[in-house]
Amino acid sequence: MPRTIIEKLWDSHVVHESAGAPTLLFIDLHLVHEVTSPQAFQGLRERGLKVRRPDLTIATADHSIPTSDRSLPIADKIALKQLDQLETNCAEFGIRCLGVHSSQQGIVHVIGPELGLTQPGMTVVCGDSHTATHGAFGALAFGIGTSEVEQVLATQCLLQRQSKTFQVHVDGRLGAGVSAKDVILALIARIGIGGGTGSVFEYTGSTIRALGMDERMTVCNMSIEGGSRAGLIAPDDTTFEYLAGRPHAPKGAAWDAAIGRWKQLVTDDGATYDRAVTISGDTLEPMITYGTNPGMGVSINAPVPEPSQVADPMARDSITKALAYMGLEGGKPLVGHPIDVVFIGSCTNSRISDLRIAAGLLKGRKVSPKVRVMVVPGSQEVKRQAIAEGLPEIFRAAGCEWREPGCSMCIAMNGDQLSPGQYSVSTSNRNFEGRQGKGGRTFLASPLTAAASAIMGVVTDVRTLL
Amino acid sequence: MTPFTNFESRMVKLPLNNVDTDQIIPARFLKTTSKQGLDKQLFNDWRYDAAGNPNPEFVLNRPESQGVQVLLAGDNFGCGSSREHAPWALTQWGFRAVISTSFADIFQQNSLKNSLLPIIVPPGVHAELFAAGPSAIVKIDLPNQTLTTPGGRMVKFPVDAFSKHCLVKGVDELGYILEQAPEIAAYEAAHPATINALG
Repeated sequence: MPRTIIEKLWDSHVVHESAGAPTLLFIDLHLVHEVTSPQAFQGLRERGLKVRRPDLTIATADHSIPTSDRSLPIADKIALKQLDQLETNCAEFGIRCLGVHSSQQGIVHVIGPELGLTQPGMTVVCGDSHTATHGAFGALAFGIGTSEVEQVLATQCLLQRQSKTFQVHVDGRLGAGVSAKDVILALIARIGIGGGTGSVFEYTGSTIRALGMDERMTVCNMSIEGGSRAGLIAPDDTTFEYLAGRPHAPKGAAWDAAIGRWKQLVTDDGATYDRAVTISGDTLEPMITYGTNPGMGVSINAPVPEPSQVADPMARDSITKALAYMGLEGGKPLVGHPIDVVFIGSCTNSRISDLRIAAGLLKGRKVSPKVRVMVVPGSQEVKRQAIAEGLPEIFRAAGCEWREPGCSMCIAMNGDQLSPGQYSVSTSNRNFEGRQGKGGRTFLASPLTAAASAIMGVVTDVRTLL
Repeated sequence: MTPFTNFESRMVKLPLNNVDTDQIIPARFLKTTSKQGLDKQLFNDWRYDAAGNPNPEFVLNRPESQGVQVLLAGDNFGCGSSREHAPWALTQWGFRAVISTSFADIFQQNSLKNSLLPIIVPPGVHAELFAAGPSAIVKIDLPNQTLTTPGGRMVKFPVDAFSKHCLVKGVDELGYILEQAPEIAAYEAAHPATINALG
C-alpha cells in the first residue's frame, strides 16, 4: 500500500503496540534546553533513574541567555541559576552541553542542523514547540512538554497517537521580495492557527523544492503556528548537499549507505493525505501580521480586517480585542505605520542566509534614527560565518546592534524586550500579547520586510526598495 | 499521580478563542527551575495591572471565581508554546477541567499528564454553557465520560482509553513505558544510531 513520508517515518519508529494504549515510538535525537528541562531532571532524580541514551541527547542554552557581552557575569540571578542548573544536570547525567561559553552554543533549532545531528528519517523531539524546524530534513520532529522530556530522557521513547496527514502544496516561482517566511505566513493566514491541529504537514511542490535548507527550516519552523505539531519536507539533493561534511553526519561508506536510505523517504505515488491545501507561489506577496496570533496576517498592502465585517461573534470579539491591543484601526493597511524596533533573529530567521538577505538590503543604507534594530545570529557558528563574510560591519554601519546568539526578543525572557506600547517588525514566530515584552506590539514578517521597515522607520513593502 | 475523581463545580468563563500559553503564563516566569508556585502567575498580564495590583475586571479576580474547578474557554485553547507550566499553573490555581470546542495538541497532552481534564464539547453545548448563569453547576464523570450541563443534559465527551485509565487509576505514563524496557532494547539492537559521538 502506498504511504506518505509521514507514515513511513512513523512505521519505522514503532517500538511496541499494545491494545488500549498509544504506540511506543523511538526517538532518535533529543534536544534539551534550560527552560523546559530542570523539572524533568528533578523527576529522574526523585525516581532514581538514569538517562537511557546520552549518546542521542544534547543540550544548549538559548532561551534565558543574555545576548550582550558573554565575558560579563549574567546579571539576572534567576536566569543565571537556571543556566547553571542546566550545566549541573548535564554533568550529573552525562549529557553533552553546549552551554553559555561553548563555541557551538546557539538556538537549539539552529545548532541541531548545523552540527549534522538532524538527519533525514529521524524522529527528533525537544521541549519546545518549534522543534518542527527539523522537519526540513525529512525528519518527524515535534515539540513536547516537560513530562515527555522526562520520559524521553529515561526511556528514549514516547507514547504517541498517529496524527492525520496534511499536504501543503506550494507551486510556482516566488516573486522579488517574497520569501519562505511569506509562504508560511500565508499558509497560517489561510488555515488559521488551529487549522492543522491533530495533523502533520508535508510541504510539497515546486516552490518548496526551490528553497534552500535555511528557507525550508523557516517554513517547517512555523508549522506549530498553524496548529500542527510537525511539518516536514522530503529530503533531496539540497538536503544531502547541506549535510555532507557536517560534524555528526555519516562519513565514507556510512554516508553512501545513508544516501541510499534517505532517497527512499518520499511519499509514494498513489498515497493519499487526510487533508490538503494548495497555495500559488506565483501570486504570493510579502506578508505581515496585524493581530495577536500568527494567523492574523495579510499581504503587505492589504487592509487589516474590519471587525464589523466578521460574522461569527467570538471571532469578531477576538479581532476587536486584537486590534485594541495593537492600537490599530480596522480597514486600513499597515504600510506606513511607524515602528520603534526591528528584531532580526529567532529559530525562524536567524540563519546565515537570513542575515545575508537582510545585510544585502542594508548595505550602504542607514536605518531610521527612530528605530532600534537588533540583529541576533542563531548560533556561534552563524556568527562566525557572518563575521567571515563581513556582515556585522554592514549591520553596524547601517545603525543596527549586532548581538550574541540566543532566542532573545522572540520570547523576551532575557531582558531583550519591547516596552509597553512599542511597535516592532520581527522576523520571529509569535505576535501573542506580551510575547516580546509586556504591552509590546509585534508585526511578524520576513527578514527582507524587517530590513526595509528598519530603513524607512515605518512598515514598508520591500519591493519599493529593490 | 492522584486518581481523578468525579466532581461538580461552578465555571470560570473566559469567552476568548485561541488563548495561547503565553497568556496562561508569560515566558518571563519560566526562568524557575521548580514546578511550584506558578498559580500566582496564571494569566498574569490579564490578572494584574502595571503596578502589580489585581485587575478587578478580570474573571479570576472576582469573588465568585474563588474555589471554582472548571474553566470554560473558547476554541483552540492552549495554542502556542509547549510549556507545561501552563497546566501546572492552572492546576495549582485549582482547576481540574477545561471545557472548550478544541484544544491545541501539545497543551492537551500536557494537561492529561497533570490530572487536568480537557473536555471537548460540540459548539451548541459550548454556547449553552456560556449562556448559563453565574451559579450554574456542571457535573463531570470521567469513567462514564459525561458532562452534565446546568440544565440537566448529559453530554458524552471523548477521552482516549489509555489517558482515561491513567487519570482514573492515577497511573503514571513513565512507569508504564519503563515496563517495556525489553521491547526498547530490542528496537535499539536492530537500529544502530546514525549520529556519532554524542555524550
